[in-house]
Amino acid sequence: MDRTKVKPRKTRSLRLARMNLPGHLLMLVWAVVVLLPVYLLVVNALKTRMGMYADPFALPLPLVWDNFRAIINQGNFFMYFANSLMVVVVSLGAILMLGSLAGYGLAHWRGKLARGLYFFFMIGMMLPIKIATIRLMELMKLLGLFNQLWSIILVYIAMGLPIAVFVLTEFIRGLPGDLYEAAHIDGARRSKIYYSIVLPLIKPALATVGIYNLVPIWNDLWFPLIFITQEDKKTVLLAVTRLQGQYTTDWPKVFALLTLSALPVILLYLSMSRQFVAGLTAGAVKG
Amino acid sequence: MSPKQTGQRLGVHPAPQVPAYPASGRIMKGSVNLQPSLRARNRHSLNPGGGYWFWYLLPALLVYILFMAYPMLDSVRLSLYAGTTGTRQYVGLANYTRLFTDPVVSTRFWGAFKNTWVFFAYHMLVQNVLGMLFAVILTSRTMKGRKIYQTIIFIPCTIAVMVSGYLFRLLLNPQFAGPSLRAMGLSALVRPWLGDPRTALNVVSLVSVWQWVGIPTMMFVAGLQGVSEDLLEAADIEGCNAWQTFWHIKFPLILPVVGMIAILTFVSNFNAFDVVYAMTGPNGPPNYATDLIGSLFYRYGVAGEHPIGIPEPGVGAAISTSVFVMLLAGVLPTLRATQGRD
Repeated sequence: MDRTKVKPRKTRSLRLARMNLPGHLLMLVWAVVVLLPVYLLVVNALKTRMGMYADPFALPLPLVWDNFRAIINQGNFFMYFANSLMVVVVSLGAILMLGSLAGYGLAHWRGKLARGLYFFFMIGMMLPIKIATIRLMELMKLLGLFNQLWSIILVYIAMGLPIAVFVLTEFIRGLPGDLYEAAHIDGARRSKIYYSIVLPLIKPALATVGIYNLVPIWNDLWFPLIFITQEDKKTVLLAVTRLQGQYTTDWPKVFALLTLSALPVILLYLSMSRQFVAGLTAGAVKG
Repeated sequence: MSPKQTGQRLGVHPAPQVPAYPASGRIMKGSVNLQPSLRARNRHSLNPGGGYWFWYLLPALLVYILFMAYPMLDSVRLSLYAGTTGTRQYVGLANYTRLFTDPVVSTRFWGAFKNTWVFFAYHMLVQNVLGMLFAVILTSRTMKGRKIYQTIIFIPCTIAVMVSGYLFRLLLNPQFAGPSLRAMGLSALVRPWLGDPRTALNVVSLVSVWQWVGIPTMMFVAGLQGVSEDLLEAADIEGCNAWQTFWHIKFPLILPVVGMIAILTFVSNFNAFDVVYAMTGPNGPPNYATDLIGSLFYRYGVAGEHPIGIPEPGVGAAISTSVFVMLLAGVLPTLRATQGRD
């Protein structure tokens, strides 16, 4: 096709093609498919029962906050929330600390054994830890950690380490080698180099690893469901599992609890969506 | 993402060049890199070696072995035993025989096995194809509003499956919007979607597709952004249409990403549990129509299968070991076929 001799009719069709109408159409349809359930979730949490049954699609006018109040006051929401938060914070902190130490070691240690250990960590990225559930359950009982937040925290740390070691080792290997030489000539110890040079430089990689693990840990149902039966140790999602019995007929309250459980991560995502996408897709796209 | 580039983008400039072996001659005792191999000279002239670096690995290694590697391997051993802690007895392959041939247990197992493949087919054919389509649209240079669409597509991935699953369970209940939908003339949509064995598994699968389509989309977007502009321009000048450009240029170039997505989809499907637990229940109702390997494992290994209600860790371990073998059998060939040489 000779681009210099485009006829006017052709130009118009080209401009039309550039508008990507089918693309926009598909994207808009999918946007509705995604947002409609979220809309229904939020608006119906803000209605009375009668209001919801009258018209589930309508806007909530006037806004009814009683459902949220009930979930927070009678439903002990903040206790569950604090448990979830504690689990996420401790797990992520440990994953980043142990992962960056191991990454620092693996990035510098060259040899057969180091390669073998690296590969050993990598296998963990492919295999779901759920396979080990039964043995883990017995192990936790043995260690006296059953029904304690530590039981799920330790599992999450083990689960998060492979990706942390992978991303951080690669990242530290990519740092300019002269950096260490310079610091070393200044007489800095290697532990000091890790702390004051490597850690600040790998912040972007730490953010990636943190987000990669944050969402699955916050959203995990499996391990709390199996390891935690004691009421005051339950996480937010375990509160959701009790819905079947608790508010069977009072749907707006159910919607309110679902909204409260989903909101923290959605808000975090909307406020830093670029890092989220980078973090959650980190496993597949090699550096 | 290249770490090196990121480092430079952050304004980290390499320190002024210093000789690899410092003039001061302060080479630490026990250094393993005394041979003047070029690579070692450039980067690690003072590398203290494994005896030192091992200590940096130790904490991670301990947690990883104790809470992941060991329990995983020991689950394989557990599948050869019957009974719970204390009363455990070696029974050889009896758990497997039960799982594959016992009239009751094997019906459940093969039922869940078949359902898991249906669930997998939905994710491969609907989720991943849709993800690819979205990614091609989102990487078109002339497309406007890409950021907004991307953000929206990814929202469900951040919601817990338990929450979205329970939400859909309510939304699909005829009690919820039945009257309003009928008033709008959409009574065809008012059906007990999750109560009918013919539709339940399809609906559960589609909800899971709704939730996760953002992951392949974003990975394909990242892959497609790496396709060289020159190549696409050349194709354009040669008169390739959109489909030809996609099929002959883009697709072969992002094959490694496609393989990665296939593996992730495969692994996560044999792992799926939450969506069934939230939408229909751990027994996979109606009449086990939505029972997946994940929920079967939960009942036999942890919660206890109806009607006895006593968990059988041995049978559970046999299920998880079978999954383990299946995953390896599926993952390794896919890796070899799509990942090429590294």
